Amino acid sequence: MKGAEALLKALEREGVEVIFGHPGGAIMPVYDALYDSGIRHILVRHEQGGVHAATAYARASGKVGVVMATSGPGALNLVTGLADAYMDSTPVVAITGNVPRSLIGTDAFQEADVTGVTMPITKHNYLVQEANDIPGVVREAFHIASSGRPGPVLIDLPKDVQLAEFTGTFDVELDLPGYKPTTRGHPKQIERALEALEKAERPILMVGGGAQHAHGELLAFAERTGIPVITTLMGLGAFPGNHPLWLGMPGMHGTVAANRAIHHADVILAIGLRFDDRVTGKVSRFAPHAHTIIHVDIDPAEIGKLVRTHIPIVGDARFVLREMLKGAKPLKLASWWRQLEEWRTRYPLRWKPRPHLQSQEVIKAFAEATGGHAIVTTGVGQHQMFAAQFFPVTRPRSFITSGGLGTMGVGLPFAIGAKVARPEELVIDFDGDGSFQMTLQELATLVKYKLDVKVVVLNNGYLGMVRQWQDLFHARRYSEVYLADSNPDFARLAEAYGIKGVRVERKEDLMKGVEAVLSTDGPVVAEFKVYHEEGVFPMIPAGGAAEDMILEHPAEREEVEA
Amino acid sequence: MRHVISVLVQDHPRVLNRITGLFARRGFNLESLAVGTTHVPGLSRISLVVSGDDRTLEQVEKQLNRLIEVLKVTDHAEPHVERELALVKVHVAGVEERLAVKDIQEAFRARVVDVAQKSLILELTGDSKKIDSFIEALRPYGILEVMRTGAVAMSRGERTLKVREKREAV
Repeated sequence: MKGAEALLKALEREGVEVIFGHPGGAIMPVYDALYDSGIRHILVRHEQGGVHAATAYARASGKVGVVMATSGPGALNLVTGLADAYMDSTPVVAITGNVPRSLIGTDAFQEADVTGVTMPITKHNYLVQEANDIPGVVREAFHIASSGRPGPVLIDLPKDVQLAEFTGTFDVELDLPGYKPTTRGHPKQIERALEALEKAERPILMVGGGAQHAHGELLAFAERTGIPVITTLMGLGAFPGNHPLWLGMPGMHGTVAANRAIHHADVILAIGLRFDDRVTGKVSRFAPHAHTIIHVDIDPAEIGKLVRTHIPIVGDARFVLREMLKGAKPLKLASWWRQLEEWRTRYPLRWKPRPHLQSQEVIKAFAEATGGHAIVTTGVGQHQMFAAQFFPVTRPRSFITSGGLGTMGVGLPFAIGAKVARPEELVIDFDGDGSFQMTLQELATLVKYKLDVKVVVLNNGYLGMVRQWQDLFHARRYSEVYLADSNPDFARLAEAYGIKGVRVERKEDLMKGVEAVLSTDGPVVAEFKVYHEEGVFPMIPAGGAAEDMILEHPAEREEVEA
Repeated sequence: MRHVISVLVQDHPRVLNRITGLFARRGFNLESLAVGTTHVPGLSRISLVVSGDDRTLEQVEKQLNRLIEVLKVTDHAEPHVERELALVKVHVAGVEERLAVKDIQEAFRARVVDVAQKSLILELTGDSKKIDSFIEALRPYGILEVMRTGAVAMSRGERTLKVREKREAV
């Protein structure tokens, strides 16, 4: 058996069913072995598409996503996707070919120091030196990627190692003396946390992406205690977005109720989140009335990194919540809830209606037509925030977006990965015209594998989020954000790929468009021409605090209030 | 504040890269780094000198611990022995200077490890402050070259930077 075959066998032993990838010279032995393997391979048109698809596959399924690429340019095309997976703590294993060992370090054809390049954006990486090391490295890689705080791991395989004769064993024991994540929160700290909550007058529960797998425990804990729940962008779906205890998303484009609740809270229980600056705003003004912040996270380095923590609990969200449930009691929060209710009813998410078609109403229409029963992926930009605001995510692993890195172009490859992971689900990619054009070559992947993905392009003819900032903070000097003069006809573009294209330009055609998308059997690209100068509100300007929240565009404020 | 940190690592390729890269990208200020093997095959020990406030130091320790190949991290706040080795090549113009340098050498208990017509190489071990003073004392004679290893440290008494043999990863 060759090293390449040993690799595939080791992957099979880890339960890998599908690999996203793109072949090339330095990974050809593995692709040759793949020809006879039971593992399914999805050929993408660009390695970036592959790593994003593997990321979404992992996020949608809870398994490890696998991507494969050749050396040099192939491997380097994974960089953005690996950084994205790293920032959003997603278990991905990337396998890259490299030049033969004898050529490493000589600037050989298609050589790059990929382990060096990816060191800061992977949880760990390997340059495999011997074919017999392959099973051990694969075991470790999957274990590291999926345990503790999940993250991407890269395995770089020189071509001669792929071709070398494998004489080793697959029964390798894990030997990682420096890696032992703490999963069980400290019982004393859990007890202290419960005591603090019992005494709290205005407590809140903040939930991040690290609690997606603990949704059952979360729901039970929240319902037992009656505590208000806030979910971050990465936490959407970890708690049902239609539950009466849910206040919405916090931060820059969060709800008034969520942000005011944080601002006035006396005790904050934060689970599986890392206090991103898009959530906290200015850290020194974050939650000024909270005398106790309880932070539950599996990564000790996250605790106290940005926000002062009074009760640190290092552990897995699910385990800690289970322990907390044992001692959880209903909290007396009637007056707190009266206040929250007032904010919630007084400041719902809304938009200023215009004669033009609007992104918010398109998303809302899809939400209503599907009953919220879909896996939603997004690109990055205004449409992403509108989707987070107006598509109520009720189930875990159903809202897949780029939180930490804010990677434009993830929408379509994310949808591909999600559809491969959960083929029975309706998958909708809400994308922007700017974002979509960064990876739209993956439409070919939809065609090749007949993946029934609905791509909804909210086309405002601008890099909308940048335009919004220029509008608010740069005196409307719209520097290099205009796209409409050079955008393709998205519906015709889809048709060029053999995919159904839909175009909706007028408000009155909205429902017809939504129906056309949802009733099509197979992939669709639907372009909705939306109002070009829409803004995402509410908004806390970068570096601001909850009190600095803007509810609508300053120029439109009077009209709204009138 | 200045901290001396000892790190026990698996001596895999690129492990030093991971550590220095970590310092660079998190904006931690690394003053010196010294590495060597230990009596346990496969394990190396690194001494780092870092400056920063308590919060920074807490993050330095936590981020180091996140690295898969790091087994143990200790910030030497407790009584510890700290040493640094320096090689100093000093210019000696004539007999007079040679005698004066010899006085300094004796006062610091340094060793002469190379003698040439116009220069001497002196070797000194001690804590970093001692080496600083030694270099200052020699400066008037014309220092040609200085090589310092950076501090290494070890806790006094029973405390050790040991790890249990095989541990089960969770």
